Amino acid sequence: MRLVALSTALTLSLASTALADDPVRIGVLVTLSGPPAVLGEHARDGVLLAEKALGGKVGGREVEIIVVDDEGKPDVAAQKARELVESDGADFVIGPTFSNIMTAIAAPVTQGGAILVSPNAGPSNFAGKDCNPDIFVASYQNDQMPQVLAEHMNRQGIANVYLLAPNYQAGQDSLNGFKAAYKGEVAGELFVPLGQLDFSAELAQIAATQPAAVYAFMPGGMGVNLVKQWGQAGLSSIPLMSAFTVDETTLPAEQDAALDMLTGSNWAPDLDTPGNAEFVASFRQDYGRVPSIYAMAAYDALMLIDSAVKAAGTEDRDALRAALKAADFPSLRGEFAFSTNNFPVQDFYLTKAIKDDEGNYRTSVVEKVFTAAADSYVGECPMK
Amino acid sequence: MFNLFLLQLLNGAQFGVLLFLVAAGLTLVFGIMDFINLAHGVLYMVGGYVMAMMMGTTGNFWLSLALVLPVTLAVGLVLELLVFRRLYDRSHLDQVLATFGLVLVLSELVRILWGSAPLSVAMPEILSGSVPLAGPMRYPVYRLAVIGVGLGVALSLWFVIARTRVGMLLRAGAANRSMVSALGTDINRLFMLVFAAGAMLAGFAGAIVSPILSVDPGMGDSILILTFVVIVIGGVGSVKGAFCAALLVGIVDTLGRMFGPILLKSLMDPAAAAQAGRTIAPMLVYILMAAVLFWRPAGLFGRAVAR
Repeated sequence: MRLVALSTALTLSLASTALADDPVRIGVLVTLSGPPAVLGEHARDGVLLAEKALGGKVGGREVEIIVVDDEGKPDVAAQKARELVESDGADFVIGPTFSNIMTAIAAPVTQGGAILVSPNAGPSNFAGKDCNPDIFVASYQNDQMPQVLAEHMNRQGIANVYLLAPNYQAGQDSLNGFKAAYKGEVAGELFVPLGQLDFSAELAQIAATQPAAVYAFMPGGMGVNLVKQWGQAGLSSIPLMSAFTVDETTLPAEQDAALDMLTGSNWAPDLDTPGNAEFVASFRQDYGRVPSIYAMAAYDALMLIDSAVKAAGTEDRDALRAALKAADFPSLRGEFAFSTNNFPVQDFYLTKAIKDDEGNYRTSVVEKVFTAAADSYVGECPMK
Repeated sequence: MFNLFLLQLLNGAQFGVLLFLVAAGLTLVFGIMDFINLAHGVLYMVGGYVMAMMMGTTGNFWLSLALVLPVTLAVGLVLELLVFRRLYDRSHLDQVLATFGLVLVLSELVRILWGSAPLSVAMPEILSGSVPLAGPMRYPVYRLAVIGVGLGVALSLWFVIARTRVGMLLRAGAANRSMVSALGTDINRLFMLVFAAGAMLAGFAGAIVSPILSVDPGMGDSILILTFVVIVIGGVGSVKGAFCAALLVGIVDTLGRMFGPILLKSLMDPAAAAQAGRTIAPMLVYILMAAVLFWRPAGLFGRAVAR
């Protein structure tokens, strides 16, 4: 099989006119097992929906999409990334879901000669000193979501806030990102073990402190539990604002308990941009649920690749990089461009959880908070 | 501060009661059958999922809760017949391997059936409020109900074990199973009964916790480790020990998480105290276990059994 592929590649490089027949190979490396699997499923479905919307072709060429589960483990992810690039001959890898995986797969993907497009993770090091011409982040920089809420609280004049996050890198980053932008006083700060599901002790502490607001970063199942227990503990009078805690992956379980809770986001299902309504409708039709930002960014990632392959093909690496950087594709977020560090320049919104007319729980845009915002690490990136 | 302490004490008791429901079955299975069952946490998860499914179809909390009991009982019986029965005479390592494999298989099955997104169960209207405790602090009625139900189950278990014939056999089995068998009791039937009852209790725990916590494929794993801590502290095979240890673990864990950092602040500067508290709090339960094992190697209520 490998021999055949090798000989085909040889023949093709001899007769470069035949290149147009060679399929574009795209690996999708996301987390598809364990409790956070639902985030990876949204991303995978977003890519597949984009493929369908493009009529099964990327850049006008046949496409082969290889979906791989990184199991949420950096070592497994590195191994699978290497297989994708070296054995399967992937030209692009769309992934990962989580920031800690990004560090593990960046080298195997880019050194293997493929281009990495992140549909979610946007860790600060890759935005700053470790920025890479072969890494494009189609989502956001991790600090930006908490900064949306910090800015909102500054504008509302919220004097003090209690912070809550799981005790691991992304949790600490999220609180630091928040504190960097928040001007009021931090009333207290609690870190819980990753995976903790019962927040009774923390909620009692918050009730005793009575802060003006609470900022939480509680992704996945932890967020579901926090939100459900919030009202039960009689804390409804204190606003709970969060990042990655109330979204389309958790709302089906949070339901009424999350209604009206505020979140920072770069997109929402009802964002009024060209093509967004159609995207939401066809995602719901094909996968039976409302798409999340994970699905949206993955959809955009494939559209980005499509636009670049169409403009530059896959042979000339510099032309391909330039075509990707041009970001000449219709993003579901509307205006979209890349900074010099290959991270997006985009708008950010305050969103809240609602139950729409059709009975779906989803997020909805409240107001625009940042316009055409770049991340705060771009200055540290040596790329021009 | 005292009010907060009281509130955390209630939280700890509620968590402890939940641990007890899961641990009761496990300690009996471990104590009487000398069988290490890592798949016990899966039964807790199955209880949660069955509850979520029943709520989806019937929409009635109490009916769903009533249906969870026979379903998890049946799951326990089927597992005993198909898998566990073949493992009783094998070594502990074989049992650990086989039941761990079962955890993987059943978790995947649950994912295939219900998907990996967390599910939730609505709380019954009558229990959904909260009662004022002191000042701005309130306590959820549902959690009070969980404590009450847990104590009720503990009492009835005590009655069955201390006052009935089946209970007598159980106690005898925990002390010396070959002697019980030699005296003409069908030990296999007893095993099956214990196993199914344990499965039902774990399933019941998963069901009553589902309105507080989300139901997800990882919920069984997270409780299993603490459950083992509970039965080791309480003494393997002792339901009374499991009860005391579960409350102890629940309260130490909850209070430690909150008051550890506060106490540390009086000893060192705040930033270091927060960092140290964060690190030490999740370890407290294991430190407690180590301390108990140091002074009472068989656990609080365990008897050193000659093998």
